[in-house]
Amino acid sequence: MNYQVDENGFYGPYGGAYVPEVLFSTVQNLSQSYQGILDDPEFKKELSRLLKLYVGRETPLYPSPYLSGLHQTNVFLKREDLCHSGAHKINNTLGQVLLAKRLGKTRIVAETGAGSHGVATAMACALLKLPCFIYMGEVDMKRQFPNVERMRLLGATVVPALSGSKTLKDATNEAFRDWINNPVDTFYVIGSVVGPHPYPDMVAQFQSVISKELIQQVPDLTGKEVPDYVIACVGGGSNAAGSFYHFLDNPAVKLVAAEAAGKGLDSGFTAAATFRGKSGILHGSKTKFMQTNEGQVLEAHSISAGLDYPGIGPLHAWLHDTGRAQFVAVTDEEALDAGIALSQKEGIIPAIESAHALAALSHLDFKPTDVVVVCLSGRGDKDLETYIQYSTSKKSSHDQI
Amino acid sequence: MIKFKENRLKAIFQNAGKKLSIYFTAGYPDLYDTIPILELLAKSNVDFVEIGIPFSDSVMDGEVILNSHKVALENGMTIDILFDQLEKIRKKISIPIVLMGSMNPVYQYCFEEFCRRCHEVGVDGLLLPDLPLDDYEKYYRSSYQQKNLAPIFMISPQTSNERMSRIDALGEGFLYALSGNSTTGGSSEIGKSSDYLTNLSNHTFRNPVVLGFNIKTKEDIQFAHEFADGAIVGSAFVKILKDGFDKTRIEHFLKQLI
Repeated sequence: MNYQVDENGFYGPYGGAYVPEVLFSTVQNLSQSYQGILDDPEFKKELSRLLKLYVGRETPLYPSPYLSGLHQTNVFLKREDLCHSGAHKINNTLGQVLLAKRLGKTRIVAETGAGSHGVATAMACALLKLPCFIYMGEVDMKRQFPNVERMRLLGATVVPALSGSKTLKDATNEAFRDWINNPVDTFYVIGSVVGPHPYPDMVAQFQSVISKELIQQVPDLTGKEVPDYVIACVGGGSNAAGSFYHFLDNPAVKLVAAEAAGKGLDSGFTAAATFRGKSGILHGSKTKFMQTNEGQVLEAHSISAGLDYPGIGPLHAWLHDTGRAQFVAVTDEEALDAGIALSQKEGIIPAIESAHALAALSHLDFKPTDVVVVCLSGRGDKDLETYIQYSTSKKSSHDQI
Repeated sequence: MIKFKENRLKAIFQNAGKKLSIYFTAGYPDLYDTIPILELLAKSNVDFVEIGIPFSDSVMDGEVILNSHKVALENGMTIDILFDQLEKIRKKISIPIVLMGSMNPVYQYCFEEFCRRCHEVGVDGLLLPDLPLDDYEKYYRSSYQQKNLAPIFMISPQTSNERMSRIDALGEGFLYALSGNSTTGGSSEIGKSSDYLTNLSNHTFRNPVVLGFNIKTKEDIQFAHEFADGAIVGSAFVKILKDGFDKTRIEHFLKQLI
C-alpha cells in the first residue's frame, strides 16, 4: 500500500486541489516547486540550523516512569512541548515561511484554533521579517486570550473570524478568503495536514522531523529498532503525520490516532471525524469531515481548541480507510484527567490536545516489552484556566457527594 | 462523445447585444422567495439568472452573499426544495437558469442525480467554482452532457492564456470571468486589472465571456461591456433583499441598472 501522496496530489481517493480558479495557478506553482525547494541543500541547511538553534531541536524522548507503571509497558514521551513556542507547530511554520521567502512572497496569512499555530507563525514571521495576519475565530480568541496577546506582542495582526461557528473552520475560511483576494503577494501558511495539495504533503514533510529523530532515539534508548506503537492526537493531524511519517511503510509499528470525542461520540458535541464524518470536499481537499446529509459542514466540539475541527487531513482519512492507523475517540473528560494526572505525577503540564494522546493509552492493550511512543505535541500553559476550572468543579461535585 | 445541444442559455447568446445577469441565493430572504424573485427577474430585461445553492463554508463569497447563505440555511433551504421550487415555476418562465455553488452539497447529493434533476426542472447551466477541470473531464463531463447542462468555468487574472484556451474548450454557454482577484462583493473598484481585461477582450474565445464580481452599478456594467459580452450583478442585488422581498424596491434597483 502506498501512503505517500501520488503525482496528482491524492492519497487513495483523498486529497487533490479543489480550489477556485483565482487560486489555481498559485497552488499549481507551489505544487510544482515545493519539492525542489525542500530538497535544495541550501534550504535544508538553513531550516535545520533554525530548528537546532532557534527551536531547540532535537526534542528529548523521555521515558515516563508514571505512564509506564500505569500501563505496565514502556512509555516514552516525544517532547515536542519543549520546542520554542511550546508546540510542534513551529517545525512547520519556519519551513513554510522560509519557503514563502524563496518564492518571493511578501505577506503571510494563517489560521489558528488554539493559537499555537498562530503564535508559531508570528514567531517565524518576526524572525524572517514578513508581515503576518492571523485569522482566529472570535470564540477561540476568548478562550485562548493569552495566545492572542502573544501574537500581538510578536508583531502579528490578529483578525477575528466572525462567520459561522467562529472557531477554527471559520478562521480557515477567512484565511482562504484573504488569499483569494491577494493571490500574488500572499503566502498562506496552513497549520495542519489539510488544504489543497501540496499542503498536506508539505506540512507532513516539515513535521516529519519528529519521526526522523525517533529513528535514532528509539534504538539508542531501548535497543529496539523501531517502536511498537506511535500515538498522537489528531485535529487536522499535523503532529500525528509528523510522528508517523518515517514509520508509514513499516507495518511493525502500530500507529494510533487519538481523535477528540468531545462530550461523547453520540452527544452531538464531538470532533471525531473518522467516527462521525464522511467523505466530502472541504478547504480545498477531498477528505473526511462531519457534515449533514445535505453536505453542510457541522460544527465540531472539543474542550481543546486545537482539535475543534470537523475534519481530518486526507492522509489520515486514507490511513483510516486502509486500517494502517487505528483511530481512538477520547472524550473531553478523559483528556483532562490524563493531563492533570501527568502534571501531578510527572511535573509535565501537557496541552489538552496532547492529553488526548495520553488518554488513548487506556484504550489499548500493551505487552510489558512494548515500546510505546506518545507525541506530547504541546505544553499546557495556554490551558491552565480550563484545567483549573475542571479540577475545581470536579472537586466541588466530589465534596457534595 | 456527445455534443452539447442548444439550450435556453446558449440560445440567448445567439442574439446580438450585451447581456446582463443577476445572481441571488436560493431560499433568501425567505425560504419561498426564490419563486417571486425569479418571476420578477423573468419579466425584467435581465437576460439570465444565476441561483446560488447555499453552503455553510463558501470560501469564494464575501460578507453579503455569505450572510444570505447563512440565512437561507436557517430557513431550511436544501437542494431538493430548490428543485421543487424550480419545477413549479419553470412552465411559466423561459429565462435561462444557471445554478452556482460549492462542490460539497452537489457531491453529497450525487452528481449524476443532481444533473438529472437539473434537466427535469429546467436548469441550463452549472457553475461549481471549486470543481477542478481534471475532475470534470475524468468524472463528470458525461453527466453534464447527457442532461444538456452547460458547464460554466471561471477565468481569473491568474489564468494563463494557455489555460484560458483549455477552459474555453471545456466550457459551454459562457465563460465566467472574474473582474479581479477577489471574493464576491469585494470593496475594490473594478478596472484595476486593466491589463488582464484588455488581454481578455483580445483573446479569441469560442464561448461568450461574461464578467462578474464587484459589479454594482450601471457604470460598472457599461465598463464590463467594454471588455466582455455580458455582466453579472450579485452582491449588490442580494443586499437589497436584506429587509425582505420588496417588489417595488427590486424593480427600482433593476431600472437603475439597465
